[in-house]
Amino acid sequence: MIPLSGDIPNAKGVVHENLESKPISRGTSTLKRGFAHMLKNGVVMDVTTVEQAQIAEEAGAVSVMVLDKLPSDVRKAGGVARTASIRVIQDIMDAVTIPVMAKCRIGHVYEAKVLEEADVDMIDESEVLTPADENHHIWKWDFTTPFVNGARSLAEALRRVEEGAAMIRTKGEPGTGNVAEAVIHIKKLNDELRTIKSIYDSKDNQDLVKMAREFKVSYDLVEETARIGRLPVVNFAAGGISTPADAAYLMSLGCDGIFVGSGIFKAEDAKERARAVVLATTFWEDADKVMEAQKMIDERHSILGLDVHNLELRMQERGSTA
Amino acid sequence: MSLNIGVFAVQGDVEENLASTRAALDELGIKGTVSTVKTPDQIAKLDGIILPGGESTTIGQLSLVNGSLKKIKEKIEAGMPVMGICAGLILLAKEVKDHTVGKTEQPLLDLLDVKVERNSFGRQRNSFEADISMESIKIPKFKGVFIRAPSILEVGKNVEVISKLNEKTIAVKQKNILATVFHPELTHDVSMHKYFINMIK
Repeated sequence: MIPLSGDIPNAKGVVHENLESKPISRGTSTLKRGFAHMLKNGVVMDVTTVEQAQIAEEAGAVSVMVLDKLPSDVRKAGGVARTASIRVIQDIMDAVTIPVMAKCRIGHVYEAKVLEEADVDMIDESEVLTPADENHHIWKWDFTTPFVNGARSLAEALRRVEEGAAMIRTKGEPGTGNVAEAVIHIKKLNDELRTIKSIYDSKDNQDLVKMAREFKVSYDLVEETARIGRLPVVNFAAGGISTPADAAYLMSLGCDGIFVGSGIFKAEDAKERARAVVLATTFWEDADKVMEAQKMIDERHSILGLDVHNLELRMQERGSTA
Repeated sequence: MSLNIGVFAVQGDVEENLASTRAALDELGIKGTVSTVKTPDQIAKLDGIILPGGESTTIGQLSLVNGSLKKIKEKIEAGMPVMGICAGLILLAKEVKDHTVGKTEQPLLDLLDVKVERNSFGRQRNSFEADISMESIKIPKFKGVFIRAPSILEVGKNVEVISKLNEKTIAVKQKNILATVFHPELTHDVSMHKYFINMIK
């Protein structure tokens, strides 16, 4: 039983065909959103090599996200950040049994098509890469492969769901080693969900119509979200998570799971840290277990981190107005 | 008597199984509590357990850490009914290999006498829905949701095959163990969960 709010059952990405002689359907919302449900309470780790992907798998990651450069290196390098090399992605797919995700630029329909043809398990239309279209995100209903998108608010999250996203993550501020922005984004989303739920419970449809206009999404999607009181898709935390305590904190704020970007493989104790973040995500309710996990890492080996107030580039703002 | 059913909550789609099990109890008019379980102590008190979908490598490793894997094994060997779904089926199996990577080194319960192939139907793009049938347990029509699903390549002599898709085995039963490669908890049909509750009762 999963919510299918906003589903377009006859979308282009839904394929009806035969498996031998058996009629089957691929790319339905049950399959796309269902895939994301299988990742819940897990950690998705950013990786750039086969070796890192294997470390992630051994540490208990539920999936890996393949990038050309880790977000903090993207920030340092400047220039245009694009999707990772297909050969690297496929080498990683051949080396690990867990699902493999990869990022494409916001709005870049053909980077997404290339990733779909390469058979990645999920595509992240990501603000970490340089946007290809400032005014449009990809119309994700055209794809059989599920997408995850970043969001800083309920409005952004619902716009992405309306475009076909099967999973949402907070944007945070990638590559900073600073969790503060992710915390702001999940708290804002939770506040807004509580607001529309209370409007729904008060049966004030006019205010829900007003919300739908403000959010720039359909009334039906707002009403359905208000009724269930949560996003109709799985919602992970992302952006700046660096330590087991960071992961546990975000789980306690109601996130369904964790993405870790530069936090693990830019640290000097990546192997121990990968394991520690997984343990803290699973057992976040027990402070003593989180302490044990935190003890596995050394703060002197953490990514240095950046003050989010003095950044030249705020990745989170990419694609927010569309 | 009220049944105490647990959904193993280390990782995966736990809430969906809670909801399906509660709905199934309601439909059957049977009294019971359904809760999430993570620790050996919680598992010790159960009458039945669901091992949900998720990533089998993650669930296996983490349940090894806190001793819950061992407790689950003891309970199942002592007769507690278990339903394993997708990753849960993989955990129950005696032998597992991956479609692409080959032999995997992952913690298993080593109870269900089957040989499982992980990611048997391909990657996520090849995930699919299909109408399936389980005549032997009186569920003639069911919506099978297969997500990066494993399949069962070989079964031991004490294993009853409940359903097949083309040549691949997709649901089995071995005494108190029920296992499917597809996800009944992602649909609104609770007949599979009802069947499992009747195994506990």
